[in-house]
Amino acid sequence: MSDILDIRDLTLAFKGHRGLTEVLHGISLRIAAGERVALVGESGSGKSVTARIILGLLQETGSARVAGQVAFDGRDIMAMHPRDRAALRGTEMSMIFQDPTSSLNPTFTIGRQFAEVMHRRVPRLSRAACNARATEMLEEVSIPDPARVLDAYPFQLSGGMNQRVMIAMALVNHPKLLLADEPGTALDVSVQAQTLRLMHDLVEDHGTAVLFISHNLGVVREFADRVYVIYRGRIVEEGATDAVFHAPGHAYTRALMDAVPRITGVGLPEVPEVSEAFLAPMVRHGSAS
Amino acid sequence: MLPVLRILLRRLGISAVVLVGVSMLIFAIARVIPGDPARIALGPSASAEQVTALRAEMHLDEPLVAQYGHFVSDVLRGDLGQSLYTNRPVTRDIAEFLPATLELVIFAGILMVALGLPLGILAARHRGRWPDHLIRVLTLLTVSAPSFVWAVILMLLFAFYLPLFPVAGRISDIYEIERVTGFLTVDTLLAGNFAAFADALHHLVLPAVALALSGIGQAARLTRANMVETYQKPYIEMAQAYGFFPSRIARSYAFKPSLIPSLTIIGLDFAAMLGNAFLVEAVFAWPGLSRYGVNVILRKDLNAIMGTVLIIALTFLIVNIIVDLLIAFLNPRIRHSTRAAS
Repeated sequence: MSDILDIRDLTLAFKGHRGLTEVLHGISLRIAAGERVALVGESGSGKSVTARIILGLLQETGSARVAGQVAFDGRDIMAMHPRDRAALRGTEMSMIFQDPTSSLNPTFTIGRQFAEVMHRRVPRLSRAACNARATEMLEEVSIPDPARVLDAYPFQLSGGMNQRVMIAMALVNHPKLLLADEPGTALDVSVQAQTLRLMHDLVEDHGTAVLFISHNLGVVREFADRVYVIYRGRIVEEGATDAVFHAPGHAYTRALMDAVPRITGVGLPEVPEVSEAFLAPMVRHGSAS
Repeated sequence: MLPVLRILLRRLGISAVVLVGVSMLIFAIARVIPGDPARIALGPSASAEQVTALRAEMHLDEPLVAQYGHFVSDVLRGDLGQSLYTNRPVTRDIAEFLPATLELVIFAGILMVALGLPLGILAARHRGRWPDHLIRVLTLLTVSAPSFVWAVILMLLFAFYLPLFPVAGRISDIYEIERVTGFLTVDTLLAGNFAAFADALHHLVLPAVALALSGIGQAARLTRANMVETYQKPYIEMAQAYGFFPSRIARSYAFKPSLIPSLTIIGLDFAAMLGNAFLVEAVFAWPGLSRYGVNVILRKDLNAIMGTVLIIALTFLIVNIIVDLLIAFLNPRIRHSTRAAS
């Protein structure tokens, strides 16, 4: 199977008052077509910036220094003109965010926002066609009354509803890659689980590859085929989800897994701020991979 | 559109209450100012009998409550009384002088919105880079001097040293324009006299710019500040992640939500220009209501003062209602406040 995403030795540094601060220290990551891959780590580990580099958003900010290889569907994103990178966004790749309600424009109806996303793929798609297609997508995410939802503003819908709308919107243009950055973290646990299951089934049907970014191991285990564990800008462990969960090889992965709350548990263990063991490499990048 | 109608009715109700308050206030203020209006009107050589007769005619000898009653019933009939200064009905004076001021203020208001908002958008889009810095410095300059200072500066620069614009007045003497609306830019067009229209516009530029400058700066700074805040919102990132054009994101995703809080202030600024116009009109010898207002205040012309203040208050209220309706139109949260959430 060909890779939809192939990142090699990606580094990112931000220019600050005291010179460059390196945030990603050379990470490598592959996603095959239709594969669901999770990138797991604590906040600040470099998960979200990785997604923004894939989208080509960070490359356009003045303070970011990005180096390394990012190939999307066989095309080198790093070498592309910003205009060509922008052309991929919303068409070949799309993204789902943490908080669905605040990620939708408060002054537009859902229908209007759907149309705007669809116009990325087909610029002159008629209003009727947009509505028909959006209705179809909303039915796919099990929204009972699509016509009413299309007419509504985000603030008139519940968080769970908006999350379904986001999923439908992200998949409406049949992207090859879906980036999900902590999807639904702002929602309550049961609604989050519900919408994630829905997303899981949908991407399977559509054959969409997913980069699933999360700090929540329970959710990752349900969702992903393969897992990359990231710690302080380095990939410390990777492997099939089951294998990693059954036999975590790296000290940080074990610490992360111990930190998952259990109903029978005795409270959370102390995760040290920095540990020599966490920084020890297990995954070797470069020619070996 | 029913909720908008509801908002309109509620605003009209509130405005009526405010108008009653304003009428009481200006009535009270006019009676508190020392000096006898009848004596001032008739001059020092008038006899005591003449003054007493005029006082009776003006109801000045009756109790205050009765005087207020006369005042209100007259106003409701559209009668603002006789101006002691021009010896004509105040309504006629206002009808003569108000259009010149309104023309100036409306033109300045258009400048404020047409220049201030795009400058704010431009600064916010390029925040932290040189267009932003330039716009911020320039707008700080425009807001930190009052409009009459700008009037003098502009007049010196562009009418005296560089005679590009006329120094004073509304139109050159060579044109005889029939008065229909009192707005010269409208009347010249109605008369089909395009040369006169261009001339009237030419006269309008400097005073309108002087009046608008601080408003332009205010609108630009406000728009920039609100937009920079909006640019931090998740839906902007979402729009970027979906590859929408930066100009489109600026307009529909960053500007539109930011305009809602800015509009209230811009509306107030617009109405406040009516007051600022007093000094700008004085500098440019603009025959408007403000000059009339100053003259009647100096002469303690009660009816004319009350009429002028009433008109200004009315303008404030009308502008506020328009702003509220615009906000309701822009903000679906207000427009749909009756509809239940799902």
